[in-house]
Amino acid sequence: MRHRQSGFGLGCTIFGILAILPLIPGPLQGPFAKHVLVMVLLFASMSQAWNLLGGYCGQVSFGHSVFFGIGAYGAGMAVVKYGLTPWPGALLGAIIASIVSLVISYPCFRLKGHYFAIATFAIVEIFNRLFMVWYWVGGALGLDYPIIEEGWRNFMWYETKTPYYYGAFALFVLVFSTARWIERHRIGYYMRAVRDGQEAAESLGVNSPQVKLTAMAISAFLAALCGAFFVQYNLRVDPPMVMSLDMSMRFVLITILGGLGTLWGPLLGAAVLIPLQEYTRAIWGGLGGGVDLIIFGLLIIVIVIRQPRGLMGFVSWVVGHRARARGRG
Amino acid sequence: MTLFLQIAFDGILNGMLYALVALGLTLIWGVMDVINFAHGEFLMIAMYVSYWLGFLMNIDPLVSWVASGVFVFLLAFVTYKLMVSHLVGKPALSALLATFGLSMFLKNLCLNRFSPNFKLLPVTVLSGKTIPVGSLILSLPQFVIAVFSLAVIFIVYHFIASTRMGWAIQATAMDKEAAELMGIDTEKIYGLVFGLGGACVGIAGGLLPTYMPVHPEVGSLFGLIAFICVAMGGFGSITGSLFASLLVGLVEAFAGFYIAPIFKYVAVFALYLVIVMLKPKGLFGW
Repeated sequence: MRHRQSGFGLGCTIFGILAILPLIPGPLQGPFAKHVLVMVLLFASMSQAWNLLGGYCGQVSFGHSVFFGIGAYGAGMAVVKYGLTPWPGALLGAIIASIVSLVISYPCFRLKGHYFAIATFAIVEIFNRLFMVWYWVGGALGLDYPIIEEGWRNFMWYETKTPYYYGAFALFVLVFSTARWIERHRIGYYMRAVRDGQEAAESLGVNSPQVKLTAMAISAFLAALCGAFFVQYNLRVDPPMVMSLDMSMRFVLITILGGLGTLWGPLLGAAVLIPLQEYTRAIWGGLGGGVDLIIFGLLIIVIVIRQPRGLMGFVSWVVGHRARARGRG
Repeated sequence: MTLFLQIAFDGILNGMLYALVALGLTLIWGVMDVINFAHGEFLMIAMYVSYWLGFLMNIDPLVSWVASGVFVFLLAFVTYKLMVSHLVGKPALSALLATFGLSMFLKNLCLNRFSPNFKLLPVTVLSGKTIPVGSLILSLPQFVIAVFSLAVIFIVYHFIASTRMGWAIQATAMDKEAAELMGIDTEKIYGLVFGLGGACVGIAGGLLPTYMPVHPEVGSLFGLIAFICVAMGGFGSITGSLFASLLVGLVEAFAGFYIAPIFKYVAVFALYLVIVMLKPKGLFGW
């Protein structure tokens, strides 16, 4: 019970700090710093959506960029093709992404281990190429946004990034609250039971296909909302930008770096990786070409080998160390 | 009819190339249960070795495949010692992610050093040569790779099936602990297998610059196709991956011609999905 309370307090503290972050004067005021913060919150949310399925339910999917992309195209099509606001498009995209995820994963969940992983690679490649030649959604050229009135209605701004920050923050609160609710809810316990031993869980009466499909649908829905935000932030979308293996891997890597199957792991991972990526790209990107990704690659290798539980493993080690020291004193 | 046969022919030749690339992955997967995500990048490195030997020292790829093979053998061996040895037996995901990090590192290192430009050796012994076979036209560079592929698969198969070292590899693949109790140095076996897997892809990469330009992204697609071939063939089955590679080559060629070039990989990936839906452990898996 005490643990539950402290977890809640921690959550409120983190939300509170993030809510006032853009108001703090100093280095965080510049547009580039704002951009980095927006990306951190967006990728933390996206990785958390992945974590619901990959971390809590143990189904490692490399196909989440498909759902991310469907959400992005939902919002993009609403604005570019139909001249609507992005909101109904985002919602419809999220619903379609859930349905697509169920249709895809119903047969795929029969596959085990590497066979499942490779099937999800295959699905990303198929979707990527289909969207490339699907002229109704813009084909390889993608969708370019028209210049329309800025504001919350159209969810686009041209001169400031602060509203985008609060948009990303709202998304972040939504995704993390959902994750926390699921973590404590019956379905969350079922998901972890399926992850830790599917046969054992089934023998105790857990309907594992249903649990996995539920996790998949929720995860895909949230992923699509993140995609819709992403396209509103970039004001354009094309298939390689959203539906690629690299994009999928990014969600996985952030979660692994932060800590698989932990509530705050995705935030921690995004808070480390995204600034590293953005700043190395800003510093060396134009000159060296690829230096950011060279460092990124090395970092992944070191983390996976040295601390398989991610940064959260390191944090809990430090916290445990302090608790032990207190116990001794 | 000629056209049909010609496409089938090209598909089979391409399939043989995939078989050679997939062979290394099959070995590593079968013996260590590790997916080497940097496999495609090993191919790219081998191509660069061969390219630079040809460009700077005028050595033909027909000779420099030896150097590529040895170089990638060493690279893979070092990779095993520094990275993969820490990850064998850990959850399947860790080795996959670590090797993904390696692939990112290698790809961008080459991008940084050699620029993203396509590089093709202008003159090699084989380039552009063809052999007419009846009414069909056979591209000599591809034919040579297919022959090499068959030879390497034959040698590796016999090495595993009928040498003492091969038996030790099989024993390690079946049961690591039991093999250790029988006095097999499994650490050495793993290092050797990883190196051998690298050498196979190194030979393929060494020969490829005769007709394919080198660039940092060249390995990505080959890596993905190799995963598909290996998984379609079934866990660690050399025959299975050979068969699956030929199938992939054929499907790719026919879909590319009769549907549309952009759909050739869609067809290949869809084929994989259909096959694993029907046989979740691949064609020859158990």
